[in-house]
Amino acid sequence: MKEWFAIIMGASLLVLMIPILYRIIAGPTGFDRILGVNVIGTKTAVILVIIGTLFDRVDMFVDFAIAYALLNFVGAIVVSRYFNRTVPLQEMEKPKSRPRRRART
Amino acid sequence: MIECIASTVVATESANNPGWFLVHAVGVAMGTVGLVFFLGTAVGMVRFPDFYTRMHAAGKGDTLSTMLMLGGFGLVMMEDFSLGSWLLLLKILGIVLFIFITTPTSSHALMRAAFEDDEMPLGENDLEKRRRSRRGSSAK
Repeated sequence: MKEWFAIIMGASLLVLMIPILYRIIAGPTGFDRILGVNVIGTKTAVILVIIGTLFDRVDMFVDFAIAYALLNFVGAIVVSRYFNRTVPLQEMEKPKSRPRRRART
Repeated sequence: MIECIASTVVATESANNPGWFLVHAVGVAMGTVGLVFFLGTAVGMVRFPDFYTRMHAAGKGDTLSTMLMLGGFGLVMMEDFSLGSWLLLLKILGIVLFIFITTPTSSHALMRAAFEDDEMPLGENDLEKRRRSRRGSSAK
């Protein structure tokens, strides 16, 4: 029962990752792509635990899952900070007049 | 019939204690509910019109589905009360706690980055315009 539960769960996770992969490829902005990568990385931690179930080495694969979740979190934080500080090039040439699309209230 | 399934599962899976069947059934149910939540995340990521609404779907559904699935697997892994089994469950609960803290944090950081990068949410006018253009294209 345990093996079949793991196999069905992993296969359905893999199938459900396809729409998120579509969002990564066709996302209008870069933030959509980062969001999709973040979701897929979190699910990869789950899939690592499932693979550990199938290999009967869960104690080892759980450590991999912890490391993967940590790297995923650090990657998301770093990329969001990077986008936060980035100014487009033509706005950098003329400082002080950074146009906003709409005034923030 | 349920007793028949339970007896076979108990006979093959765990030594001779029918109480473990209940634990495993709870684990399987938690995993299935997690899959349903992840289905919601996937559908929301495709169908929502805006970055912020997509982030709404992704942040909530992703956190809850990951926690439910990992908790379910932690329960399914339990077979006896030995030290290694408890340690395994504790490690999986550690991942659950870590994801419970970090996924909302990264969602918050991404949302803040998008807001300071002048990514504006769609208003009612934009939605009406988009709906009208879609209706016009489908009428052709």
